[in-house]
Amino acid sequence: MTDLPEALAQIRDDFLGLAQSERLMLLLEFSDELPDLPERFAEHPDLLERVEECQAPVFIFVEVDDAGIVLLHATAPKEAPTTRGFASILVQGLAGLTAQQVLDVPEDFPQMIGLGAAISPLRLRGMNALLSRTRRQVRAKIAA
Amino acid sequence: MTIDPDASPAFSGFAHPERLVSTDWLAAHLGTAGLVVVESDEDVLLYESGHIAGAVKVDWHTDLNDPVERDYIDGAAFAALLGSKGISRDTTVVIYGDKNNWWAAYALWVFTLFGHDDVRLLDGGRAKWEAEGREYTRDRPTPGPVDYPVVQRDDTVIRAYKDDVLAHLGSPLIDVRSPEEYSGERTTAPAYPEEGALRAGHIPSAQNVPWGRAAAEDGTFRSPAELDELYRVGAGLSDGDDVIAYCRIGERSAHTWFVLTHLLGFENVRNYDGSWTEWGSAVRVPIAQGAEPGEVPARVPATAVPATVPAAER
Repeated sequence: MTDLPEALAQIRDDFLGLAQSERLMLLLEFSDELPDLPERFAEHPDLLERVEECQAPVFIFVEVDDAGIVLLHATAPKEAPTTRGFASILVQGLAGLTAQQVLDVPEDFPQMIGLGAAISPLRLRGMNALLSRTRRQVRAKIAA
Repeated sequence: MTIDPDASPAFSGFAHPERLVSTDWLAAHLGTAGLVVVESDEDVLLYESGHIAGAVKVDWHTDLNDPVERDYIDGAAFAALLGSKGISRDTTVVIYGDKNNWWAAYALWVFTLFGHDDVRLLDGGRAKWEAEGREYTRDRPTPGPVDYPVVQRDDTVIRAYKDDVLAHLGSPLIDVRSPEEYSGERTTAPAYPEEGALRAGHIPSAQNVPWGRAAAEDGTFRSPAELDELYRVGAGLSDGDDVIAYCRIGERSAHTWFVLTHLLGFENVRNYDGSWTEWGSAVRVPIAQGAEPGEVPARVPATAVPATVPAAER
């Protein structure tokens, strides 16, 4: 197994420990847990980046604080629970990581959590796009 | 039909009004023996997030598509799928879903490939059910498995392959994608992921009628007069026409197939499910770009001419 940060490794192990049909229910739990955007974004929708590769409208915004810790914000409508689930996995899995740790997360993390059969490989690409846009924003933030 | 159709006057102007049910009809018939409600969505998790009580889920990716070949499941897999959902051959099936019943219509089309007789759409789908404040549940029904016969899929009547489309050139084609995909500005629907086509544009002579125009703001189908305006006046279709509809992978065009076949009464409509992801990557097939349909090519490449056409006519 690839060396993943602890939270991501836990998420992977949780999914892989379930039967196929139950993996969808865990994704639904993540979907339900996606936090609302902080108030300050309501006044600044321009700060949010749309993830064009996802079928549903999903927007992300990455902050890197003074200590170099990454904070990912994401929003997607309730009509798009799969996309909400993807975003929520990354919000929880990347929480507390440094910029470098986020950049070290393997690009194919979405393919490691055993969702291919449950939701189809094509749909999983939406999570790859989310991860890759997050990494791009982190790189831009630490270069600035 | 095993359960009485919805006699709502709103449907009486359609060619086959028995193919639609209203939200009122469905709410009144939930739980009726011989009725199974199926949800089919673009989002694979939407059903789990809340669905109509008693409804079962059929997913186009994980249930209806063959997992290896680019094709639909076979008769044995279809029988196993439907039996596991509590559907037998004489069950009345009502399908509904998200996005104006986009994927619901696609599932209905696949059910029709297997000749399931009584399969209907919930007019307005999820959007209308929700807008009316009707209930959802997260309880997953556990239908007792029933026997569904193994029926061979019939691909000859409502499905078209690429060679069928080449042989069809000169007869009406409806491209149901967005204007941007039709003109060749892009190969995917706006805001949708790249599913792969090497060239952009449309099949020459195809009329562009984006699928979603058949739906009103509340997600229900437009009236017979409005649909006539779109397809008979706008796209020039006439009674008796042999029509092929296509999109990118055949799902949006399944919606248009439903409209043309069941609502407007065209009897020879096929859905080209290979659609642009096949045509736009195929070698030596004609393509037109821009907003105009373009001319039917005088001759298609020799290798693409069906063997039945005599050499003298090529």
